[in-house]
Amino acid sequence: MSLFALLIGVPLIAAFLVFCLRGNGARNAIVPLASAVTMGLSVAAAVKFFGHPEFFKLAAPELPMVIMALDIIAAVVILYYTLVRFKRPWIALLELVQLAAVFWFEKTVGHSIDIAANIAIDNFAMIMVLIVGIIGSLIAVFSLGYMEEFQKEHRDVEDRRPFFFFVIFLFLSAMFGLVISNNLLLMYTCWEITSLCSFLLIGYTQTEEAINNSFKALWMNLLGGLAFAIAIVWLGLEYSTVELSMLVNLGRSSEPVDLAVALLVFCGFTKAAMMPFSGWLLGAMVAPTPTSALLHSSTMVKAGVFLIIKLCPILGANHAGLMTMFVGGATFLFASCAAISQSDGKKVLAYSTISNLGLIVCCAGIGSYEAAWTAIMIIVFHAVAKSLMFLSVGTAEQQLESRNIEKFDGMFCSMPRLSLCMIIGICGMFLAPFGMLISKWAAMKAFVDAGHPLLLLVLVFGSSTTLFYWTKWLGKITAFIPAKENLEEGIHGVQWIALRVLSALTIITCILFPVISQYGVIPYLEVTYQTNMDVIARSNLLIMSMMVILLVVLPLRFGKGRKQKQVVTNLAGENSGDNLSYRGAAGQTIPVTLRNWYMEKWFGEAKMKLCGFILCGSCLLIEFAIILGGAFHV
Amino acid sequence: MSEMVLNIISGIAYLILAPVIGGLLAGLDRKISARMQRRVGPPVLQPFYDFFKLWDKQPIAVNEAQRFYVFGFLLFVIISGLFFFTHGDILLVVFTLTMASVCFIVAAYSSNSPYSQVGAERELVQTMAYEPMLLLMALGFYLKCGSFSIDTILKAPSMNFIYMPGIFVGLSFILLIKFRKSPFDLSMSHEVHQELIRGVITEISGRTLAMIELAHWYENVFLLGFVYLFFAWSAPWSPALAVLMCLFTYFSDVLVDNCCSRVKWEQMLSSTWLVTLVAGFVNIMFLMYMR
Repeated sequence: MSLFALLIGVPLIAAFLVFCLRGNGARNAIVPLASAVTMGLSVAAAVKFFGHPEFFKLAAPELPMVIMALDIIAAVVILYYTLVRFKRPWIALLELVQLAAVFWFEKTVGHSIDIAANIAIDNFAMIMVLIVGIIGSLIAVFSLGYMEEFQKEHRDVEDRRPFFFFVIFLFLSAMFGLVISNNLLLMYTCWEITSLCSFLLIGYTQTEEAINNSFKALWMNLLGGLAFAIAIVWLGLEYSTVELSMLVNLGRSSEPVDLAVALLVFCGFTKAAMMPFSGWLLGAMVAPTPTSALLHSSTMVKAGVFLIIKLCPILGANHAGLMTMFVGGATFLFASCAAISQSDGKKVLAYSTISNLGLIVCCAGIGSYEAAWTAIMIIVFHAVAKSLMFLSVGTAEQQLESRNIEKFDGMFCSMPRLSLCMIIGICGMFLAPFGMLISKWAAMKAFVDAGHPLLLLVLVFGSSTTLFYWTKWLGKITAFIPAKENLEEGIHGVQWIALRVLSALTIITCILFPVISQYGVIPYLEVTYQTNMDVIARSNLLIMSMMVILLVVLPLRFGKGRKQKQVVTNLAGENSGDNLSYRGAAGQTIPVTLRNWYMEKWFGEAKMKLCGFILCGSCLLIEFAIILGGAFHV
Repeated sequence: MSEMVLNIISGIAYLILAPVIGGLLAGLDRKISARMQRRVGPPVLQPFYDFFKLWDKQPIAVNEAQRFYVFGFLLFVIISGLFFFTHGDILLVVFTLTMASVCFIVAAYSSNSPYSQVGAERELVQTMAYEPMLLLMALGFYLKCGSFSIDTILKAPSMNFIYMPGIFVGLSFILLIKFRKSPFDLSMSHEVHQELIRGVITEISGRTLAMIELAHWYENVFLLGFVYLFFAWSAPWSPALAVLMCLFTYFSDVLVDNCCSRVKWEQMLSSTWLVTLVAGFVNIMFLMYMR
């Protein structure tokens, strides 16, 4: 248990240290050290607890007091921003209502409820700890270099780096608390802190756009928090428990807990940016890139899907389950379509995150063993590959002063090492034999076994649109345009460390995923579902691993072989000799510029958003109406 | 154990025979097309002559990278065919084929020439168009036979086609795209007078181009293998019927090729997705609920 106290404590201490010792030197020392320690601790925790699920009672009488105190501190900060600094009284109201609900509950009912276990540690929680610990820390290290450049480039933005790193480490600490808590009140507190942290990070630059977007994130997540609070109160009053494991047990023994489950799932939706709440994640792009990387890969959105997957065993063929799978499915399809029409690199990544989260949520909604396996595997693969993608795009943005994919033209020659990282990231996101594909494969099997033809349709079309936008991007960066100079100068050493480690991690997780499945995911599912099976035959998993190894070995042949005579390409006139311009019909020199295809008419963002919002919104309304009807009229 | 030996033998047979059969089919295609257009046409072995000539040409390239991607294309096509003929998992076959297509598309993108790039983009739209149907086909076999394994599919107690005619229609439709036949030969056409010169392969020559030809022969053979799966079941004489149906499918695609003119990409995408929805998906619903 002390290990977990350290895990939460170390980032917390680091947070306060960077905040108090404001100097650059101190920060440059503390951040890598704290990151390394956090990383080490998370690995140690994983080694100790992998395969040994345990519940801890944590019989500290002051725990409820601590929880309440933290709730109040978070609320005070939110109220300060919504009422004093900026006038957003409606958002303050959202916060006040839930704080009042939790406070009232704790005063009247809460203290009399006996809690069997405050902390639940299982393999899934450990996988999350590893993701947060390793990827989160790497992002913190990367930020050191990135933020230094960022402040140099944006002189008009106030240098609030101590605050930035304070929030990042606080975020990590809250995430650790969130993934190991079984007491919903404790989880709610961590949940609120992550909402608050993301709000603070998104608003970092303090431009008008950043402030608006940060409040958008805040109100959506507070809405989810409100649902969380109501779920706690309802569960406490009806079944006098506030434990997540008890809720799952109640659901298993067919108690009508649909309402609490649906509320928690709804809360997960807001955090995981399911449509119609996808707006805040897209808005989060305005923040410096490490923020996006953190929100998209290891924290925040993963907290949302974490909660939904925890509820996985009691979803399925009930109304909460139907809501989960259809909202997830629709989000997956429409977000992946919308990504086609985007040329802003970060926006494509944002839509791809939303669509992947949709797939995870959809799988969790199906609730079967296979589906849960798939959901957890996608979380792992997505976390690694997506953080790598964000960090590479962020680095490219700093070097090229644009994150438009069209500007990435010829990166292969001008920034060979960075483009290699990006290629690995892109392949990791969608291509066989890399991880995401395994997940799609398993998802297909899970969907067909669960008997949902509509979801199958969503999956096959969604995966082909996914293929489209990723390959398009891959084509852009592999285009061979002779470079005049190497543009990789000025990328900080710490940035390279993070990029290299993440590239290696992407490949390693792809090669080792049979092991991850065997020792990480399957034992968890064995406990949760009381059965054991191979979702994909082990021989096929091995074949996939071999193919990844082949793909890693193959590039060693690159550029070897017979000598080839170099010639110029065929342009629409006389090539001037360097493939960069040609002489047109009227004798004038025309530079070669090639643009990618965005199919605005077919996959326009507004159209896709409209479809997705209407579908998901109506699905939410209908299912809640049915559940509420059922809850009050039975 | 003997089954494993048989699988290995059929894998080796594929490695050796597929290019021969694929080349012969290509030759027959040209001969038949020529006769449909009242020409004499080249000898049936012409594709092989072309291939060997390309192989011996001086190596010319627009950049160092392209050959590498094309090699990846050939390699992954061969690997996915191997999975097929060693009776592996049909989804794995489809996924590996996708990997091959991506290599091919990236090869075209890498030249940064306008003709190849437009070709690459069209090829990509084509991939997006046919991919759902291929996946639905795999799912159809899973629903009908209870497994993604080609071994089980071939041992089905009844003819698969009877339960999945809609999926067969869908597959035939997308085979037009895969065989690069009109009306869907947008990204690269066998005729040289296309608006994109030769689209995807504009900037590829010599031995690299020969590798692409070879990959297409391999690919065509195991795509016809998908057709085979519809008509082969446990009955001992069914393989003969299945082979006949493969030839028939190929011949009708040649016929369609000679009757149609190229369409725009919008029409290609919408018609393919429509067929996927109407024929493929309705068939899937039937398999899911009626059986």
